[in-house]
Formats: sequence, structure tokens, C-alpha cells
Amino acid sequence: MNIRGVWALYSFEMQRTWRTLWQSVVTPVITTVLYFVVFGSAIGSRMEDIGGVDYGAFIVPGLMMLSLLTQSISNASFGIYFPKFSGTVYEMLSAPMSPIELVLGYVGAAATKSILLGLIILATANLFVDVRIEYPLVMILFLVLTALTFSLFGFIIGIWADGFEQLSFIPMLVVTPLTFLGGAFYSINMLPDPWRSISLFNPVVYLVSGFRWSFYGEGDVSIGLSLGITAAFLIACLAVVIWIFRTGYRLKE
Amino acid sequence: MQPIISISNLSKTYDGGVRALNSVSLDIEQGEIFALLGPNGAGKTTLISAVCGIVTPTSGTVLAGGHDIIRGYKKARAMIGLVPQEISTDAFETVWATVNFSRGLFGKAGDRAYIEQLLRDLALWDKKDAKIMELSGGMKRRVMIAKALSHEPEILFLDEPTAGVDVELRRSMWNLVRGLRERGVTIILTTHYIEEAEEMADRVGVIRGGEIIVVEETEAIMRKLGKRQLTLTLTEAMETVPDALAEWHLELADEGHRLVYSFDANDESTGIPSLLRRMGDLGIGFADLDTSKSSLEDIFVGLVNAQQEPAA
Repeated sequence: MNIRGVWALYSFEMQRTWRTLWQSVVTPVITTVLYFVVFGSAIGSRMEDIGGVDYGAFIVPGLMMLSLLTQSISNASFGIYFPKFSGTVYEMLSAPMSPIELVLGYVGAAATKSILLGLIILATANLFVDVRIEYPLVMILFLVLTALTFSLFGFIIGIWADGFEQLSFIPMLVVTPLTFLGGAFYSINMLPDPWRSISLFNPVVYLVSGFRWSFYGEGDVSIGLSLGITAAFLIACLAVVIWIFRTGYRLKE
Repeated sequence: MQPIISISNLSKTYDGGVRALNSVSLDIEQGEIFALLGPNGAGKTTLISAVCGIVTPTSGTVLAGGHDIIRGYKKARAMIGLVPQEISTDAFETVWATVNFSRGLFGKAGDRAYIEQLLRDLALWDKKDAKIMELSGGMKRRVMIAKALSHEPEILFLDEPTAGVDVELRRSMWNLVRGLRERGVTIILTTHYIEEAEEMADRVGVIRGGEIIVVEETEAIMRKLGKRQLTLTLTEAMETVPDALAEWHLELADEGHRLVYSFDANDESTGIPSLLRRMGDLGIGFADLDTSKSSLEDIFVGLVNAQQEPAA
């Protein structure tokens, strides 16, 4: 195992975060604060509790998940796409690094950034609403699992992307709508049928539900199902990444 | 002694169907400077990329230091440094950070003293805290070399190291390459500048259409394939070469003012004395004479053209 190589790659990616602090950390935090101001304070104060949870506090897991998904994807996709774009990927391909080591470096850094961002958002939320976490270990597990899974997904997008437009296509046009419709700001139990049943086809529902369960002990679907769906997506992403390195798809000819 | 790089029947066909390498076999000896010459699209960069892991070979094997580049890729790659043709660096990184990053990527522990010396050798020490985007083209190329040498490789690939650089930098690159060879580094370079190969290389390989067409010691290839020429500046221009001089296969140049005789320098008899005698007999006078030997470039062009002719 080339531990030093993994660490070099991981540190390099983490340093990019500090270099682009506004883009990487400050912008998502400001966006989240705005959500709290609009949905938590302005609108939320006129809304009833949901399942005994104040609306402002109810949306915290969903907001964290929204940032976690979009940031995991954008961090990891940009991390591998930029070396492809600039040509520096030659160095990764000619280094004594196995595919697993490369993934650990890139995806590990992207997931770390997302987790840190999630925790910053949680701390920020605490300034606005009273957030309680009933199952902190499950919350951490979901946080790590989701960050890893979607960083892997972002890594795949970064390898697949041929241009910056494709890079932002899936986070903006697929993941964000799915998160908004996945119960980030409401419980899908509030939806009439057939919309509730249709919502169950949205994989983000299971992420938000499981994450919210770790906070308040209640979710739209069972915690086991949420964990199962997340783990299945993680395995699917891993399988695609293994295929990419076996075939060299869009990495080398 | 076992070659440090051993390439056997290496072939590469790209997805589009282009066969860039066709059963290439080549041994590189430890400590030598090997120049790979070839026209554009001959397969030089593909060959280097295949050895370094950037391109997946279609068939064949490559051993670097006895390690297979596929099965034992980690050990093989750890021995190799690569300076690609294109200047590809992280524009926003500092010189110090990017060179140390490269060292870490190759699994080497940090060594401030080594990196400092490397940057000093490459005249980059004053720029160690500068962002790469602030450097000139020549400096960026030296940063690429510093990155490639950061992990103390035993084998260094230089793909067109002096393409587009000025004469002064080219000379300093040559000195650097010689210095590396003295330290025991094996160097394989591709170049368009034949002068570069002639100046530096111990051996030369010529590749064309994905096939190695000749591999020789630079001196030997010059000796074997090099022609000498005798140029006679005539006192009076002539329209055609007289039949009486046909056996020397002379050529007229400079609108009939010069008579050129090509001969093999290795032949026991060059034919020059008899030519001069015959010219005297015929009353053909000359004001000046000059001999020259063909450069590696002439040999290279001759080789490539000779290979093209049968296919045409």
C-alpha cells in the first residue's frame, strides 16, 4: 500500500479546499443560512410542527443532506476532472498508485470536505433552531456513508464528463431536484397518493428519511430500508469505479 | 548486463483502429542516453506512454528493472520519471508544493535537502514559492523536470524536452541530462532535433509507422551510414556532367558551378585522386574544394525515406 501516495493526494485535494475557501465552505454555509432565514424563520414560524418536531428543526437533516449530496458530487467530480482537463492526470497514471489508492485519495478528500461542511451546517443550524440528535452514532454513520457514496458518484461523473457543462449537469439538474422532492423540506407522508408512492422511487427519500430518523427517531420509511438503499448505491458506485479502472474508461487509452 | 528496460513485441492499436506500435522490441542499457527519433505520428509518444502506464498496450511485454509494467507496475513505475511533451502543471500551486507532491505520490518520504538541491540544480530555488502560473515557459518546463526527478528515479523519459525552448535553455537542458547520466540515471529522450541526439545520445533508435527501423550506437550509425561529400567549385560552369566522369556518379549544383561527389568514407579507395586526375585530363579546372560528412539528420531523412519508398 502506497500510504504516502494516498496521503499526498489527499493532502493536495484538502489544500485546494483551503485555497478556495469561499467556494468550498463559505458559499454553501451562506446558502444554508438563507434557507433557515426563509424556510425556518419566515415561513417556518407560520407552519405547524411535523411529527412533534418544530418545522425549523425538521428541515435541518434535509438541508444537511442537500449540501452533503451536492458538495460530495461537485468536490469529487472536480477533483478528478480538473487533472484530466489540465493534463496533469498523467502523473497519477504513471505513479505507483493502485486504483484503490487513487480512489482513497480523491474520494477520501471529497468525503472529508463534505462531512466537515455537514458539521459546519449543523453548527450553523444550532444558531437558529434547537436541534436534537437522538441517535448520534447513526447520524455519523449516515453522514459518512452518504458522503462516501456520493463522492464516489461524483468521481464517476468527473471521469465521464467531457466538459464543465457535463460536470454541473447531474448535480444541478438531477440531484438538487431529487433532494427537493425527496422530503428535504417536508415529510412525504404529507403528500397525497399517487405522489407519495411515486416519491418512493426517489432514492434521496431514503437518505433524507434515514438521516432524519437519526435526529428525531422518526422517518418516512424504516431505518433499515434507508441504510439498505444507501449501502446498495454505495456498492453500485464501487462496482462502476472498479469497471472504470479495469477498462481505463476515459482515463487512459 | 541485464537491460534496464526490455520491450518485447509491444503493440498498440487505439480504439479508432490506428496501429501506433507494431511489435516493437527494444532494450535500453543501464546508464545510457538513448534517443528515439521519428517523424510526427511515428509512435514515439505512444511507446513512452505505454512504458510509463499512461497507455495500455494491446500486446507485448515491457520490463523495467526486471519488473513487468502490468503485473509489477508499482515497482516498475517507482523507478521511472516522466517529463511529458506538453507542459501540464497545476497553475495555482507553488513550485515547492508541486514538486513535493510528486515525490509523495511516488511513495517517497519528504526530503527537504534533496528537493532544495534539485531546485537549485534547475535554477528554480529562487522561484520555490512562486505559483506555477507566474513562471515563464522555460521555467515551467524545468518544473516538469523537477517533478519527474523528485522521487529519484533510475530511468528518466524526456518526451521532446527542448521543443519550443530557446537555444540557451536547450544547451542548459543538455548539460542537465549529461549531469543526470553521470549520476547513473538512464535517459530515454524523444526529439525532433537531430542535433540533440547527435550531441548527447549514446545510442539512437529510429521509429517509423510504429516500427523500430534501426537501433545503433550514435557513432556507429554515423560511421556506417554516414556519407562524405567532396564539393568542387568549378572555374567554369558546366551544363551536364561529362560522360568521361560517369563512373563517379557526380551531381551538379549551384547552376553548374559546383560538382558534388558522394563517397563512402569507410571504403579503402575513395576515388578522389583518380577523379581529380581525370578532371585534369579533361581540362576541367576548379577554384576550391571542400569535404563534408553527412549529419545524423541526413542519415535520419535517408532512413525514413528508404523505408517509405517500398510502400509507395
